[in-house]
Amino acid sequence: MSGESVLERLQKQFGDAITGANLDAIDPWIEVASTAIEEVCRYLKADNELQLDYLNCITGVDYFHSDPKKLQKMGEEPHTLLVYHLSSTAKKHTLVLKVRLPRWKDDREGDLPELPSVTSIWRTADWHEREVYDLSGVWFVGHPDLRRILCPEDWVGYPLRRDYEMPLEYHGIRGR
Amino acid sequence: MVDFFVSTFGMSPTVAAILAAGIQCALLLNVVAVGALVFIWMERKIAGRIQDRLGPTRVGGRFGWLQTLADGIKLIAKEDLTPADADALLFKLAPYISFAASFTAYMALPFSDGWVAVHVNAGVFFILAVLGLEVFGTILAGYASGSKWSLFGAIREAAQVVSYEVPLGLCVVVPVMICGTMDLVAIANMQSAGIWSWLIFHDPFTFCIFWIYFTCAMASVNRAPFDLAEAESELVAGFHTEYSGLRWSFFFMAEYGSMFLVSGLAVILFFGGWNGPLAIMSDKIIGVIPGLGLAGQPNAWGFIAGCVGAANFIMKATIGVTVMIWVRWTLPRLRIDQVMTMCLKYCVPLAAACFLGAVFVKAEIFGLGYLSVDAWLPGLRSDRLEVREGWMTEVEGEGVTLSTEKTLVHGDG
Amino acid sequence: MATNLEDPRIIEFDVRTDEMLVNMGPQHPSTHGVLRLVLRTDGEVISEVTPHLGYLHRCAEKIGENLTPRQWIPYTDRMDYLAAMNMNLGWSLVVEKLLDHELSDKAKHLRVIISELGRIASHLVGMGAYGLDLGTFSPFLYAFRERERILDLFEEVCGARLTYSYLTPGGATADLPTGWVDKVEAFLRQLEPIISDYHELLTTNAIFIKRTAGIGIMSAEMAIDYGCSGPVLRGSGVDYDLRRDGEERYTEMYDGYAYEVVVEKDGHYPQDRNYPKVPREAVLGDCWHRFYVRMLEVMQAMDLVEQGIEKYKSASGDWGVPIKLTQRLPKGDVYLETEAPRGQMGFYLVSDGSAIPWRVRARSSCFCNLSVTSELCPGCLIADVPAIVGSLDIVMGEIDR
Repeated sequence: MSGESVLERLQKQFGDAITGANLDAIDPWIEVASTAIEEVCRYLKADNELQLDYLNCITGVDYFHSDPKKLQKMGEEPHTLLVYHLSSTAKKHTLVLKVRLPRWKDDREGDLPELPSVTSIWRTADWHEREVYDLSGVWFVGHPDLRRILCPEDWVGYPLRRDYEMPLEYHGIRGR
Repeated sequence: MVDFFVSTFGMSPTVAAILAAGIQCALLLNVVAVGALVFIWMERKIAGRIQDRLGPTRVGGRFGWLQTLADGIKLIAKEDLTPADADALLFKLAPYISFAASFTAYMALPFSDGWVAVHVNAGVFFILAVLGLEVFGTILAGYASGSKWSLFGAIREAAQVVSYEVPLGLCVVVPVMICGTMDLVAIANMQSAGIWSWLIFHDPFTFCIFWIYFTCAMASVNRAPFDLAEAESELVAGFHTEYSGLRWSFFFMAEYGSMFLVSGLAVILFFGGWNGPLAIMSDKIIGVIPGLGLAGQPNAWGFIAGCVGAANFIMKATIGVTVMIWVRWTLPRLRIDQVMTMCLKYCVPLAAACFLGAVFVKAEIFGLGYLSVDAWLPGLRSDRLEVREGWMTEVEGEGVTLSTEKTLVHGDG
Repeated sequence: MATNLEDPRIIEFDVRTDEMLVNMGPQHPSTHGVLRLVLRTDGEVISEVTPHLGYLHRCAEKIGENLTPRQWIPYTDRMDYLAAMNMNLGWSLVVEKLLDHELSDKAKHLRVIISELGRIASHLVGMGAYGLDLGTFSPFLYAFRERERILDLFEEVCGARLTYSYLTPGGATADLPTGWVDKVEAFLRQLEPIISDYHELLTTNAIFIKRTAGIGIMSAEMAIDYGCSGPVLRGSGVDYDLRRDGEERYTEMYDGYAYEVVVEKDGHYPQDRNYPKVPREAVLGDCWHRFYVRMLEVMQAMDLVEQGIEKYKSASGDWGVPIKLTQRLPKGDVYLETEAPRGQMGFYLVSDGSAIPWRVRARSSCFCNLSVTSELCPGCLIADVPAIVGSLDIVMGEIDR
């Protein structure tokens, strides 16, 4: 199934929730509104022709620069991008979904951006979402057990955010 | 030996008895300790060969034969740790209990005709009972360590050892029944007429029961594939997780001691004890030469015969230990429920069936008597009866008659 | 997970005693490194398993945001350190995909030879360590003896024995040394008869079958749902192998190679050699099948190496000169998964147009494979935990990154 037809079907099904797409990229992707990600994923998995039953990966990408000059040069609004890589073991095709989130919820620093969890669709999302929460700082609503996974539970900050600074000291261990 | 001291040096019987006991203990302690040294070295060498390596090669010149001693010195030098959560007294006591149980059982193990520290009439029974006590040390160690892994190991060991005592007892009863005695010396002497008189070849049922005995014995001394109590991939190190240094090595001495003990018991019960496959030392071959007395008589010839017998016995028991080592380095470990299943569903019924079969053979019911070697070699039966009667006479009336030709002379006099 | 009495996985609910929390790891002999499992047990029966990760977390992704792609290659080595060549390959392919860099045939065959040898080495360790988990020590050393030979071969190629950094964006750091392929052929001839020893010691061993058959059964749906991959996925009967079903940039490496995906079809595995038969007790998706798939993949990889050598000898082109250390990357993002020995190893690269990636992401196969333990273990015995975790064949370096 070609990228165009997938996009068409999704747009027909979800309308405005499909906020963008780039089908000419090396890996063509479709952008979905954060609120609709769960329904879209459910549809993608259940649909007979798509059968995207395999969630490969969830990645959080932070677009930010603490240096205002470089931030301007970056050419993008500061935001956090979630990338979902999906594939189908039966149909042998893949799909990339992107979700654009603000870096902080309602621009209040410290409040994590939220979006629905997809753990009810693919159980592998459980650990992937925990990792994204741990390292990129995104809150997945509806996740059964959202804790840090790679960093210690009392770790402060989200290391893969661009403005992250290594703590000076952690339990008596020098950080920097 | 007491008699010897009394008659030669004119000591009082009490002093003589204490002195004799001291000497015997020292000798046996050396057997256990040196035995453990040798077996640990052997295990390393054999494991090495099985795994395409060399094992120890340097310590002590060639073949690394002093490796275990070097390790022993290292263990003595190690810090003797007691975990904060441990019950200190029990924790410190446990290895000694384990070792003492294993060691005490040696008291009743004859190494050659009459070469036994304490000649117990019910030697089989004594050894099994005392060996069973070893589990107390393990349970104490597991409980007192204050570690959950140790506790797991201890509970597993308790369950396993207690279960395997049942088939082990059933297996041991068969030779006892055939011989009509629980006296280990008498049982071994009944197998002195060459390889065909060994009880393993007595009838098909004894042949089967030996293998059941060996399996159960391996389980009761916690050797792989039944080494659940110290299963390193599951329980870290099981009951001895928290031990270090010399205390830890006591558990190992106990383990290797028990290994030798159960294979020694197997040798006596099934493989003719100290009697070789050809009855060279018996009165029928060498005994007919004038001037040479019988094996077991208190003279020089008897001593030489005793030494040969002891060497024979140790060699056979070592083969048993070697088989245990070989099995350990070849097979994966069973799971606890499988170990129990194996005991209760296979070993016990099989042992019971073999026991029943052996009873039929012995009592010549259903014409099964023809399965026995005794039926084909009538001389064997009379020999056995003779040995048994010799024992009976002695028990029934002390000093009544010692003129029977085959009177047994016991090490403790 | 709460335990309720109706749960069929709990065996002894009528003699319920107090539950106990046991901490397995991170210094436990059979957790393959530094995995920590918190077990809730009722006696020997496990009611809940919670894996805790992160003891080996080295921020590889964060480091990747500060290095050029070629500089990051050594960090991929240290992910799955038992199959470092395959990790190198995964990252190299992603970078090449972004650069749209085409390789010569010779370089592709070189990569097949190297990565399949890496697969053999990795599966040998997996096999030996699994024996260790089940309490048998000897197969481990037999496996390591053969692995050493592969390491010797790799050492000759790149000078390292564990962390190779050999396959690189653009090709490889050097061509194969002269006469090297003959040594590989000699090694394969020597390895082939030894495989049956492994089968005798483990695959067909009665105790081994008792310990693994019917333990940790994972259905195909569950395996897909949990994102399992590699032998774990195929052991559940899912016919999915990226060498055949993956992206073209990866599958074209294997064009012209004859091989069958190792997966059970209609009750048996592709039978082109005298494999031992599947025992009666084994259920599709249990530990035995996962182990067996790995064993068969060793044979398959040997076949592929042989074919690769034939093709490499007659192939044209160069061995693939690496890209510049500070090569500028075009703006964009690419994702590519390869079939590493332990499963699908994916790398995601986001570039903002400079020489240093904006974001690097490693999708670890073991990470997903391990997540299934909390589902598989409840109801089994403590002794089954090493059996199940071992059958997933995890490497903590890859999980924690």
